[in-house]
Amino acid sequence: MDAQAMLEKITAKFPGAVKGSADRFGQLEIQLEAKSIADVIAFLRNDSELAFNMLIDIVGLDYSAFPGHTGDRFAAVYLLKSLTLGHRAQLKVTAPEDKPEVPTISHLYANANWCEREAYDQIGIKFVGHPNLKRILNHHEFVGHPLRKDYPITRRQALSANESLMDEMAVRLKERGWE
Amino acid sequence: MTDLLLSQVKVGGESQFGTDEYVVNLGPQHPATHGVLRLIVKLDGETVKETMPVLGYLHRSIEKICENRTYPQCITYTDRIDYVSAMSVNLAFALATEKLMNIEAPARAQWLRMIFVELQRLASHLLWMGAFAGDIGALTPFLYGLRERERILDLFEMTCGQRLTYNYIRIGGVMIDILPEFVPKCRAFLDYFEPKVDEYEDLLTYNPIFLERTKGVGIIAPEVGINAGVCGPSLRGSGIACDVRKQQPYLYYDQMKFNECIETAGDCWSRYKVRMNEMRESVSIIRQCLERLEPGSFEAKMPPVLKAPVGSEIYSRIESSRGEMGVYLVGDGTAKPWKSKYRCASFSNLYVLDQLTKGWKVADIMAVLGSLDMIVPEVDR
Repeated sequence: MDAQAMLEKITAKFPGAVKGSADRFGQLEIQLEAKSIADVIAFLRNDSELAFNMLIDIVGLDYSAFPGHTGDRFAAVYLLKSLTLGHRAQLKVTAPEDKPEVPTISHLYANANWCEREAYDQIGIKFVGHPNLKRILNHHEFVGHPLRKDYPITRRQALSANESLMDEMAVRLKERGWE
Repeated sequence: MTDLLLSQVKVGGESQFGTDEYVVNLGPQHPATHGVLRLIVKLDGETVKETMPVLGYLHRSIEKICENRTYPQCITYTDRIDYVSAMSVNLAFALATEKLMNIEAPARAQWLRMIFVELQRLASHLLWMGAFAGDIGALTPFLYGLRERERILDLFEMTCGQRLTYNYIRIGGVMIDILPEFVPKCRAFLDYFEPKVDEYEDLLTYNPIFLERTKGVGIIAPEVGINAGVCGPSLRGSGIACDVRKQQPYLYYDQMKFNECIETAGDCWSRYKVRMNEMRESVSIIRQCLERLEPGSFEAKMPPVLKAPVGSEIYSRIESSRGEMGVYLVGDGTAKPWKSKYRCASFSNLYVLDQLTKGWKVADIMAVLGSLDMIVPEVDR
Protein backbone atom coordinates (compact mmCIF):
# COMPACT_ATOMS: atom_id res chain seq x y z
CA MET A 1 0.00 0.00 0.00
CA ASP A 2 1.46 3.37 -0.94
CA ALA A 3 1.80 6.26 1.47
CA GLN A 4 -1.15 8.27 0.10
CA ALA A 5 -3.60 5.37 0.30
CA MET A 6 -2.35 4.52 3.78
CA LEU A 7 -2.89 8.07 4.97
CA GLU A 8 -6.38 8.23 3.45
CA LYS A 9 -7.37 4.97 5.07
CA ILE A 10 -6.23 6.08 8.52
CA THR A 11 -7.82 9.54 8.15
CA ALA A 12 -11.11 7.94 7.15
CA LYS A 13 -11.04 5.63 10.15
CA PHE A 14 -9.91 8.25 12.70
CA PRO A 15 -11.08 11.61 11.30
CA GLY A 16 -10.41 13.57 14.50
CA ALA A 17 -7.09 12.02 15.36
CA VAL A 18 -4.94 12.83 12.33
CA LYS A 19 -3.39 16.29 12.65
CA GLY A 20 -1.11 16.21 9.64
CA SER A 21 1.43 14.23 7.70
CA ALA A 22 4.89 14.59 6.25
CA ASP A 23 7.19 12.75 3.90
CA ARG A 24 10.40 11.89 5.73
CA PHE A 25 12.72 10.93 2.90
CA GLY A 26 10.34 8.36 1.48
CA GLN A 27 8.77 7.28 4.76
CA LEU A 28 5.30 8.45 5.68
CA GLU A 29 4.97 10.33 8.96
CA ILE A 30 1.50 10.77 10.41
CA GLN A 31 1.00 13.31 13.18
CA LEU A 32 -1.66 12.23 15.64
CA GLU A 33 -3.53 13.32 18.73
CA ALA A 34 -1.68 11.80 21.69
CA LYS A 35 -4.81 10.38 23.29
CA SER A 36 -5.71 8.28 20.24
CA ILE A 37 -2.27 6.72 19.66
CA ALA A 38 -3.07 3.33 21.21
CA ASP A 39 -6.29 2.97 19.19
CA VAL A 40 -4.60 3.98 15.92
CA ILE A 41 -1.67 1.62 16.46
CA ALA A 42 -4.02 -1.22 17.37
CA PHE A 43 -5.87 -0.58 14.10
CA LEU A 44 -2.62 -0.40 12.12
CA ARG A 45 -1.50 -3.68 13.61
CA ASN A 46 -4.75 -5.60 13.18
CA ASP A 47 -5.94 -4.34 9.78
CA SER A 48 -5.07 -6.87 7.08
CA GLU A 49 -4.15 -4.25 4.45
CA LEU A 50 -1.81 -2.38 6.81
CA ALA A 51 -0.54 -5.23 9.03
CA PHE A 52 2.12 -3.27 10.91
CA ASN A 53 3.15 -6.25 12.97
CA MET A 54 6.50 -4.98 14.25
CA LEU A 55 7.42 -2.01 16.41
CA ILE A 56 10.93 -0.95 15.47
CA ASP A 57 11.52 1.73 18.08
CA ILE A 58 10.08 4.66 19.98
CA VAL A 59 12.08 7.88 19.68
CA GLY A 60 11.57 10.57 22.30
CA LEU A 61 12.20 14.15 21.16
CA ASP A 62 12.66 17.38 23.08
CA TYR A 63 11.90 20.42 20.89
CA SER A 64 12.71 23.12 23.44
CA ALA A 65 14.62 25.97 21.75
CA PHE A 66 14.32 24.23 18.37
CA PRO A 67 14.58 26.93 15.68
CA GLY A 68 11.11 28.09 14.66
CA HIS A 69 9.30 25.49 16.74
CA THR A 70 5.89 26.30 18.15
CA GLY A 71 3.66 23.95 20.03
CA ASP A 72 4.32 21.16 22.49
CA ARG A 73 7.79 20.63 23.84
CA PHE A 74 7.99 16.84 23.67
CA ALA A 75 7.24 14.36 20.94
CA ALA A 76 7.36 10.61 20.59
CA VAL A 77 7.91 8.95 17.23
CA TYR A 78 6.73 5.37 16.77
CA LEU A 79 8.57 3.54 14.00
CA LEU A 80 6.47 0.72 12.59
CA LYS A 81 7.19 -1.94 10.03
CA SER A 82 5.11 -4.59 8.32
CA LEU A 83 7.11 -7.75 7.79
CA THR A 84 4.40 -9.39 5.72
CA LEU A 85 3.79 -6.44 3.35
CA GLY A 86 7.21 -4.83 3.57
CA HIS A 87 6.10 -1.25 4.16
CA ARG A 88 6.94 1.18 6.94
CA ALA A 89 5.49 4.26 8.56
CA GLN A 90 6.14 6.48 11.51
CA LEU A 91 3.62 8.08 13.83
CA LYS A 92 4.31 11.21 15.81
CA VAL A 93 2.49 12.46 18.87
CA THR A 94 3.34 15.50 20.96
CA ALA A 95 3.09 16.15 24.68
CA PRO A 96 3.15 19.50 26.51
CA GLU A 97 5.87 20.41 28.99
CA ASP A 98 3.59 20.60 32.04
CA LYS A 99 1.89 17.27 31.37
CA PRO A 100 4.12 15.05 29.21
CA GLU A 101 1.77 12.10 29.05
CA VAL A 102 1.10 9.66 26.23
CA PRO A 103 -0.97 6.46 26.45
CA THR A 104 1.06 3.26 26.53
CA ILE A 105 1.17 0.73 23.71
CA SER A 106 2.99 -1.90 25.78
CA HIS A 107 -0.09 -4.15 25.58
CA LEU A 108 0.19 -4.16 21.76
CA TYR A 109 3.91 -4.83 21.24
CA ALA A 110 6.09 -6.68 23.74
CA ASN A 111 9.22 -4.58 23.13
CA ALA A 112 7.26 -1.35 23.65
CA ASN A 113 7.72 -2.07 27.34
CA TRP A 114 11.45 -1.37 27.12
CA CYS A 115 11.18 1.30 24.41
CA GLU A 116 8.78 3.32 26.54
CA ARG A 117 10.95 2.90 29.60
CA GLU A 118 13.88 4.22 27.60
CA ALA A 119 11.97 7.26 26.34
CA TYR A 120 10.79 7.92 29.91
CA ASP A 121 14.29 7.54 31.28
CA GLN A 122 16.00 9.76 28.71
CA ILE A 123 13.39 12.41 27.87
CA GLY A 124 10.81 12.13 30.63
CA ILE A 125 7.68 11.30 28.66
CA LYS A 126 5.25 9.45 30.90
CA PHE A 127 3.51 6.54 29.22
CA VAL A 128 0.18 6.24 31.00
CA GLY A 129 -0.81 2.66 31.70
CA HIS A 130 2.67 1.18 31.41
CA PRO A 131 2.97 -1.77 33.85
CA ASN A 132 6.28 -0.69 35.37
CA LEU A 133 7.50 2.67 34.10
CA LYS A 134 10.95 3.07 35.63
CA ARG A 135 14.44 3.92 34.45
CA ILE A 136 16.13 1.37 32.25
CA LEU A 137 19.56 2.68 31.20
CA ASN A 138 20.37 5.24 33.88
CA HIS A 139 20.89 4.57 37.58
CA HIS A 140 17.70 4.46 39.66
CA GLU A 141 18.84 7.40 41.80
CA PHE A 142 19.54 9.60 38.77
CA VAL A 143 17.88 13.01 38.96
CA GLY A 144 16.51 14.55 35.77
CA HIS A 145 16.31 13.28 32.21
CA PRO A 146 19.68 13.41 30.45
CA LEU A 147 18.53 13.79 26.84
CA ARG A 148 16.44 16.87 27.59
CA LYS A 149 17.99 19.93 26.04
CA ASP A 150 18.19 21.73 29.37
CA TYR A 151 20.28 18.97 30.93
CA PRO A 152 23.90 20.15 30.63
CA ILE A 153 26.25 17.58 29.15
CA THR A 154 28.87 18.34 31.81
CA ARG A 155 26.65 17.68 34.83
CA ARG A 156 27.80 14.67 36.80
CA GLN A 157 26.02 12.71 39.48
CA ALA A 158 27.76 10.32 41.85
CA LEU A 159 25.33 7.47 42.47
CA SER A 160 26.13 4.38 44.46
CA ALA A 161 23.08 2.89 46.18
CA ASN A 162 22.11 -0.62 45.18
CA GLU A 163 18.69 -1.40 43.88
CA SER A 164 17.10 -4.65 45.00
CA LEU A 165 15.07 -4.97 41.75
CA MET A 166 12.69 -7.37 43.49
CA ASP A 167 9.79 -5.03 42.74
CA GLU A 168 10.36 -5.65 39.05
CA MET A 169 10.87 -9.38 39.56
CA ALA A 170 7.60 -9.67 41.54
CA VAL A 171 5.64 -8.05 38.68
CA ARG A 172 7.18 -10.38 36.13
CA LEU A 173 6.61 -13.52 38.18
CA LYS A 174 2.99 -12.54 38.60
CA GLU A 175 2.61 -11.86 34.88
CA ARG A 176 3.97 -15.30 34.07
CA GLY A 177 1.62 -16.94 36.54
CA TRP A 178 4.37 -18.33 38.75
CA GLU A 179 3.14 -16.65 41.90
CA MET B 1 7.45 -27.62 26.26
CA THR B 2 7.85 -25.56 29.40
CA ASP B 3 5.16 -27.44 31.28
CA LEU B 4 6.64 -30.75 30.23
CA LEU B 5 10.06 -29.80 31.55
CA LEU B 6 8.72 -28.52 34.83
CA SER B 7 6.64 -31.67 35.32
CA GLN B 8 9.82 -33.71 35.26
CA VAL B 9 11.15 -32.03 38.36
CA LYS B 10 7.89 -31.47 40.16
CA VAL B 11 5.51 -34.07 41.55
CA GLY B 12 2.18 -32.80 42.84
CA GLY B 13 3.47 -29.29 43.23
CA GLU B 14 6.34 -30.51 45.42
CA SER B 15 9.78 -30.70 43.93
CA GLN B 16 10.93 -34.27 43.51
CA PHE B 17 14.52 -33.49 44.44
CA GLY B 18 13.73 -31.27 47.38
CA THR B 19 14.85 -28.16 45.51
CA ASP B 20 14.42 -24.66 46.86
CA GLU B 21 13.53 -21.52 45.03
CA TYR B 22 16.18 -18.88 45.08
CA VAL B 23 17.35 -15.84 43.21
CA VAL B 24 20.81 -15.74 41.64
CA ASN B 25 22.65 -12.79 40.28
CA LEU B 26 24.57 -13.47 37.06
CA GLY B 27 27.02 -10.80 36.10
CA PRO B 28 27.65 -8.02 35.38
CA GLN B 29 31.14 -9.52 35.23
CA HIS B 30 30.25 -13.11 34.40
CA PRO B 31 32.51 -14.17 31.52
CA ALA B 32 29.67 -15.75 29.57
CA THR B 33 27.54 -12.62 29.46
CA HIS B 34 29.67 -11.03 26.71
CA GLY B 35 30.43 -7.76 28.40
CA VAL B 36 28.67 -6.20 31.31
CA LEU B 37 25.18 -7.60 31.16
CA ARG B 38 23.56 -8.46 34.46
CA LEU B 39 20.87 -11.11 34.75
CA ILE B 40 18.79 -11.77 37.81
CA VAL B 41 17.57 -15.33 37.62
CA LYS B 42 14.90 -16.94 39.72
CA LEU B 43 15.61 -20.64 39.96
CA ASP B 44 13.81 -23.66 41.27
CA GLY B 45 16.67 -26.08 41.73
CA GLU B 46 18.35 -25.76 38.36
CA THR B 47 15.17 -24.88 36.50
CA VAL B 48 14.81 -21.28 35.39
CA LYS B 49 11.58 -19.60 36.41
CA GLU B 50 12.40 -16.09 35.29
CA THR B 51 15.34 -14.27 33.77
CA MET B 52 15.46 -10.52 34.20
CA PRO B 53 18.14 -8.55 32.35
CA VAL B 54 19.35 -5.41 34.11
CA LEU B 55 20.65 -2.91 31.59
CA GLY B 56 22.74 0.18 31.81
CA TYR B 57 26.15 -0.99 33.01
CA LEU B 58 27.71 0.15 29.75
CA HIS B 59 25.51 3.20 29.20
CA ARG B 60 27.65 6.11 28.01
CA SER B 61 24.86 8.24 26.55
CA ILE B 62 26.39 8.27 23.10
CA GLU B 63 23.20 9.93 21.88
CA LYS B 64 23.83 12.96 24.09
CA ILE B 65 27.49 13.08 23.10
CA CYS B 66 26.54 13.04 19.40
CA GLU B 67 24.17 15.97 19.92
CA ASN B 68 27.18 17.98 21.00
CA ARG B 69 29.50 16.93 18.16
CA THR B 70 29.51 17.73 14.46
CA TYR B 71 28.25 15.11 12.03
CA PRO B 72 31.72 13.88 10.95
CA GLN B 73 32.80 13.69 14.61
CA CYS B 74 29.80 11.48 15.42
CA ILE B 75 31.15 8.70 13.19
CA THR B 76 33.88 7.88 15.71
CA TYR B 77 31.24 7.44 18.41
CA THR B 78 29.16 5.17 16.23
CA ASP B 79 32.14 2.79 16.21
CA ARG B 80 31.72 2.34 19.94
CA ILE B 81 28.04 1.43 19.71
CA ASP B 82 28.85 -1.97 18.27
CA TYR B 83 32.58 -2.56 18.41
CA VAL B 84 32.30 -6.06 16.98
CA SER B 85 30.61 -4.74 13.85
CA ALA B 86 31.82 -1.15 13.77
CA MET B 87 31.71 -0.77 9.97
CA SER B 88 27.95 -1.44 9.93
CA VAL B 89 27.23 1.33 12.42
CA ASN B 90 29.54 3.71 10.53
CA LEU B 91 27.56 2.94 7.41
CA ALA B 92 24.17 3.37 9.09
CA PHE B 93 25.13 6.84 10.31
CA ALA B 94 26.80 7.86 7.05
CA LEU B 95 23.78 6.81 4.95
CA ALA B 96 21.35 8.67 7.22
CA THR B 97 23.44 11.85 7.12
CA GLU B 98 23.90 11.69 3.37
CA LYS B 99 20.16 11.44 2.79
CA LEU B 100 19.58 14.29 5.22
CA MET B 101 22.08 16.54 3.41
CA ASN B 102 21.40 15.30 -0.10
CA ILE B 103 24.94 14.03 -0.67
CA GLU B 104 25.56 11.27 -3.20
CA ALA B 105 28.62 9.12 -2.60
CA PRO B 106 30.43 8.06 -5.81
CA ALA B 107 30.09 4.52 -7.14
CA ARG B 108 33.55 3.38 -6.08
CA ALA B 109 32.87 4.44 -2.51
CA GLN B 110 29.60 2.49 -2.52
CA TRP B 111 31.31 -0.68 -3.74
CA LEU B 112 34.07 -0.26 -1.16
CA ARG B 113 31.47 0.19 1.55
CA MET B 114 29.74 -3.01 0.54
CA ILE B 115 33.02 -4.94 0.53
CA PHE B 116 33.97 -3.69 3.98
CA VAL B 117 30.55 -4.13 5.52
CA GLU B 118 30.36 -7.71 4.27
CA LEU B 119 33.89 -8.43 5.47
CA GLN B 120 32.77 -7.01 8.80
CA ARG B 121 29.79 -9.35 8.81
CA LEU B 122 32.19 -12.28 8.35
CA ALA B 123 34.40 -11.03 11.18
CA SER B 124 31.42 -10.50 13.45
CA HIS B 125 29.87 -13.89 12.71
CA LEU B 126 33.25 -15.57 13.25
CA LEU B 127 33.68 -14.01 16.67
CA TRP B 128 30.07 -14.91 17.45
CA MET B 129 30.59 -18.52 16.40
CA GLY B 130 33.63 -18.81 18.65
CA ALA B 131 31.95 -17.17 21.62
CA PHE B 132 28.72 -19.15 21.18
CA ALA B 133 30.54 -22.47 20.98
CA GLY B 134 32.67 -21.41 23.95
CA ASP B 135 29.56 -20.58 25.97
CA ILE B 136 28.32 -24.14 25.64
CA GLY B 137 31.67 -25.75 26.29
CA ALA B 138 33.38 -26.16 22.91
CA LEU B 139 36.53 -24.08 23.11
CA THR B 140 38.23 -25.10 19.87
CA PRO B 141 35.94 -23.17 17.46
CA PHE B 142 36.88 -19.98 19.29
CA LEU B 143 40.48 -20.39 18.18
CA TYR B 144 39.41 -21.31 14.65
CA GLY B 145 37.11 -18.30 14.45
CA LEU B 146 39.72 -15.86 15.69
CA ARG B 147 42.33 -17.28 13.31
CA GLU B 148 40.27 -16.30 10.26
CA ARG B 149 39.00 -13.08 11.84
CA GLU B 150 42.61 -12.04 12.26
CA ARG B 151 43.09 -12.13 8.48
CA ILE B 152 40.04 -9.94 7.96
CA LEU B 153 41.36 -7.49 10.53
CA ASP B 154 44.66 -7.48 8.64
CA LEU B 155 42.76 -6.36 5.54
CA PHE B 156 41.09 -3.59 7.57
CA GLU B 157 44.38 -2.53 9.14
CA MET B 158 46.02 -2.42 5.72
CA THR B 159 43.32 -0.03 4.52
CA CYS B 160 42.49 2.24 7.44
CA GLY B 161 45.09 1.47 10.09
CA GLN B 162 42.63 0.20 12.68
CA ARG B 163 41.63 -3.26 13.81
CA LEU B 164 38.54 -2.70 15.94
CA THR B 165 37.02 0.77 15.65
CA TYR B 166 37.65 1.91 12.13
CA ASN B 167 36.07 5.29 11.47
CA TYR B 168 36.48 4.21 7.85
CA ILE B 169 33.07 4.77 6.27
CA ARG B 170 32.62 8.53 6.25
CA ILE B 171 29.91 10.91 5.16
CA GLY B 172 30.16 11.16 1.37
CA GLY B 173 32.42 8.18 0.86
CA VAL B 174 35.18 6.39 2.70
CA MET B 175 38.26 7.59 4.57
CA ILE B 176 40.85 6.54 2.01
CA ASP B 177 41.11 4.46 -1.14
CA ILE B 178 42.24 0.85 -0.90
CA LEU B 179 45.86 -0.05 -1.70
CA PRO B 180 46.53 -1.71 -5.08
CA GLU B 181 47.35 -5.00 -3.35
CA PHE B 182 44.05 -5.03 -1.45
CA VAL B 183 42.01 -6.68 -4.21
CA PRO B 184 44.35 -9.67 -4.76
CA LYS B 185 44.78 -10.08 -1.00
CA CYS B 186 41.04 -9.98 -0.46
CA ARG B 187 40.47 -12.54 -3.24
CA ALA B 188 43.15 -14.77 -1.74
CA PHE B 189 41.43 -14.50 1.64
CA LEU B 190 38.05 -15.44 0.17
CA ASP B 191 39.55 -18.47 -1.58
CA TYR B 192 41.15 -19.47 1.70
CA PHE B 193 38.06 -18.75 3.79
CA GLU B 194 35.30 -20.41 1.79
CA PRO B 195 36.36 -24.02 2.54
CA LYS B 196 36.91 -23.01 6.18
CA VAL B 197 33.17 -22.53 6.67
CA ASP B 198 32.69 -26.20 5.77
CA GLU B 199 35.43 -27.02 8.27
CA TYR B 200 33.56 -25.23 11.07
CA GLU B 201 30.41 -27.02 10.10
CA ASP B 202 32.24 -30.35 10.22
CA LEU B 203 33.36 -29.48 13.73
CA LEU B 204 30.08 -28.23 15.09
CA THR B 205 26.91 -28.58 13.07
CA TYR B 206 26.14 -32.25 13.59
CA ASN B 207 28.32 -32.79 16.63
CA PRO B 208 26.07 -34.80 19.01
CA ILE B 209 26.99 -32.73 22.09
CA PHE B 210 26.39 -29.50 20.21
CA LEU B 211 23.04 -30.80 18.95
CA GLU B 212 22.05 -31.82 22.49
CA ARG B 213 22.74 -28.32 23.75
CA THR B 214 21.12 -26.39 20.89
CA LYS B 215 18.42 -28.44 19.12
CA GLY B 216 15.00 -27.51 20.42
CA VAL B 217 16.46 -25.12 23.00
CA GLY B 218 15.18 -21.57 23.29
CA ILE B 219 12.59 -21.64 20.52
CA ILE B 220 11.41 -18.21 19.32
CA ALA B 221 7.87 -18.71 18.05
CA PRO B 222 7.46 -16.52 14.92
CA GLU B 223 4.57 -14.50 16.34
CA VAL B 224 6.41 -13.95 19.65
CA GLY B 225 9.54 -12.85 17.82
CA ILE B 226 7.72 -10.42 15.53
CA ASN B 227 5.71 -8.94 18.36
CA ALA B 228 8.86 -8.34 20.40
CA GLY B 229 10.71 -6.70 17.48
CA VAL B 230 13.33 -9.45 17.16
CA CYS B 231 15.26 -9.00 13.93
CA GLY B 232 18.22 -10.15 11.93
CA PRO B 233 19.53 -13.74 11.97
CA SER B 234 17.69 -14.39 15.25
CA LEU B 235 14.32 -13.92 13.55
CA ARG B 236 15.39 -15.58 10.31
CA GLY B 237 16.06 -18.68 12.40
CA SER B 238 12.30 -18.75 13.04
CA GLY B 239 11.45 -18.80 9.35
CA ILE B 240 10.62 -15.12 8.89
CA ALA B 241 12.15 -13.17 6.00
CA CYS B 242 13.29 -9.86 7.46
CA ASP B 243 16.54 -8.98 5.70
CA VAL B 244 16.66 -5.22 5.11
CA ARG B 245 19.12 -5.83 2.26
CA LYS B 246 16.32 -7.64 0.43
CA GLN B 247 13.27 -5.71 1.62
CA GLN B 248 14.53 -2.14 1.38
CA PRO B 249 17.83 -2.39 -0.51
CA TYR B 250 20.47 0.26 0.12
CA LEU B 251 23.86 0.71 -1.58
CA TYR B 252 23.87 -1.71 -4.53
CA TYR B 253 22.36 -4.72 -2.78
CA ASP B 254 19.53 -4.77 -5.31
CA GLN B 255 22.10 -5.66 -8.00
CA MET B 256 23.62 -8.49 -5.99
CA LYS B 257 22.73 -12.13 -6.34
CA PHE B 258 22.43 -13.61 -2.87
CA ASN B 259 19.99 -15.68 -0.88
CA GLU B 260 18.34 -14.69 2.33
CA CYS B 261 19.26 -17.48 4.76
CA ILE B 262 16.24 -18.83 6.57
CA GLU B 263 15.76 -21.77 8.92
CA THR B 264 12.41 -22.73 10.31
CA ALA B 265 12.86 -24.41 13.71
CA GLY B 266 13.50 -21.19 15.66
CA ASP B 267 15.84 -22.86 18.14
CA CYS B 268 19.48 -22.07 18.98
CA TRP B 269 20.67 -24.47 16.30
CA SER B 270 18.65 -22.70 13.59
CA ARG B 271 20.08 -19.34 14.54
CA TYR B 272 23.54 -20.90 14.41
CA LYS B 273 22.84 -22.38 10.98
CA VAL B 274 21.49 -19.08 9.61
CA ARG B 275 24.73 -17.32 10.53
CA MET B 276 26.89 -20.07 9.07
CA ASN B 277 24.98 -19.84 5.79
CA GLU B 278 25.15 -16.05 5.87
CA MET B 279 28.93 -16.28 5.90
CA ARG B 280 28.80 -18.14 2.58
CA GLU B 281 26.43 -15.53 1.13
CA SER B 282 28.69 -12.72 2.31
CA VAL B 283 31.66 -14.33 0.56
CA SER B 284 29.61 -14.44 -2.63
CA ILE B 285 28.58 -10.77 -2.26
CA ILE B 286 32.20 -9.67 -1.72
CA ARG B 287 33.27 -11.58 -4.82
CA GLN B 288 30.59 -9.85 -6.90
CA CYS B 289 31.61 -6.45 -5.51
CA LEU B 290 35.29 -7.02 -6.26
CA GLU B 291 34.26 -7.97 -9.80
CA ARG B 292 32.36 -4.73 -10.29
CA LEU B 293 34.63 -2.37 -8.38
CA GLU B 294 35.29 0.48 -10.77
CA PRO B 295 38.00 3.15 -10.72
CA GLY B 296 37.00 6.63 -9.69
CA SER B 297 36.78 8.92 -6.71
CA PHE B 298 36.26 7.48 -3.25
CA GLU B 299 34.60 10.54 -1.78
CA ALA B 300 31.97 13.04 -2.87
CA LYS B 301 32.59 16.76 -3.21
CA MET B 302 31.15 18.30 -0.08
CA PRO B 303 30.95 21.71 1.59
CA PRO B 304 33.60 22.28 4.28
CA VAL B 305 30.96 22.39 7.03
CA LEU B 306 28.13 19.89 6.82
CA LYS B 307 24.77 21.24 7.93
CA ALA B 308 21.37 19.57 7.85
CA PRO B 309 18.29 21.63 6.94
CA VAL B 310 16.08 22.86 9.80
CA GLY B 311 13.34 20.41 10.70
CA SER B 312 14.59 17.59 8.53
CA GLU B 313 14.02 14.25 10.18
CA ILE B 314 15.04 10.86 8.95
CA TYR B 315 14.94 7.25 9.99
CA SER B 316 17.47 5.30 7.98
CA ARG B 317 18.28 1.64 8.47
CA ILE B 318 20.65 -1.06 7.32
CA GLU B 319 21.07 -4.75 8.00
CA SER B 320 24.01 -4.98 10.40
CA SER B 321 25.49 -8.28 11.52
CA ARG B 322 22.90 -8.50 14.27
CA GLY B 323 19.79 -7.24 12.51
CA GLU B 324 18.15 -3.97 11.72
CA MET B 325 20.42 -1.09 12.71
CA GLY B 326 18.62 2.22 12.47
CA VAL B 327 19.59 5.84 12.93
CA TYR B 328 17.06 8.57 13.64
CA LEU B 329 18.40 12.06 13.01
CA VAL B 330 16.86 15.51 13.36
CA GLY B 331 18.64 18.46 11.75
CA ASP B 332 18.34 22.02 13.07
CA GLY B 333 20.37 23.97 10.51
CA THR B 334 23.62 23.74 12.45
CA ALA B 335 26.61 21.45 12.04
CA LYS B 336 25.46 19.26 14.94
CA PRO B 337 22.51 16.88 14.95
CA TRP B 338 19.64 18.11 17.11
CA LYS B 339 18.80 14.54 17.91
CA SER B 340 20.51 11.27 17.17
CA LYS B 341 18.89 8.03 18.19
CA TYR B 342 20.29 4.62 17.47
CA ARG B 343 18.00 1.67 17.07
CA CYS B 344 20.03 -1.42 17.80
CA ALA B 345 19.06 -5.01 17.13
CA SER B 346 20.47 -6.30 20.42
CA PHE B 347 18.06 -4.20 22.47
CA SER B 348 14.92 -5.85 21.13
CA ASN B 349 16.58 -9.25 20.71
CA LEU B 350 17.47 -9.28 24.40
CA TYR B 351 13.86 -8.58 25.32
CA VAL B 352 12.75 -12.12 24.47
CA LEU B 353 15.44 -13.77 26.61
CA ASP B 354 13.18 -14.47 29.58
CA GLN B 355 10.53 -16.08 27.40
CA LEU B 356 13.14 -18.32 25.76
CA THR B 357 14.81 -19.48 28.97
CA LYS B 358 11.69 -20.06 31.07
CA GLY B 359 11.54 -23.72 32.13
CA TRP B 360 15.03 -24.58 30.89
CA LYS B 361 18.09 -25.27 33.02
CA VAL B 362 20.42 -22.55 34.19
CA ALA B 363 23.17 -23.67 31.78
CA ASP B 364 20.77 -23.18 28.87
CA ILE B 365 20.60 -19.45 29.61
CA MET B 366 24.12 -19.17 28.24
CA ALA B 367 23.27 -21.17 25.14
CA VAL B 368 20.22 -18.98 24.43
CA LEU B 369 22.01 -15.73 25.25
CA GLY B 370 24.88 -16.73 22.99
CA SER B 371 22.58 -17.71 20.14
CA LEU B 372 20.91 -14.26 20.15
CA ASP B 373 24.29 -12.68 19.29
CA MET B 374 23.81 -9.86 21.70
CA ILE B 375 26.38 -7.12 22.15
CA VAL B 376 26.05 -5.16 25.38
CA PRO B 377 27.29 -1.73 24.15
CA GLU B 378 24.53 -1.90 21.55
CA VAL B 379 21.93 -2.52 24.23
CA ASP B 380 23.16 0.22 26.54
CA ARG B 381 24.62 2.71 24.03
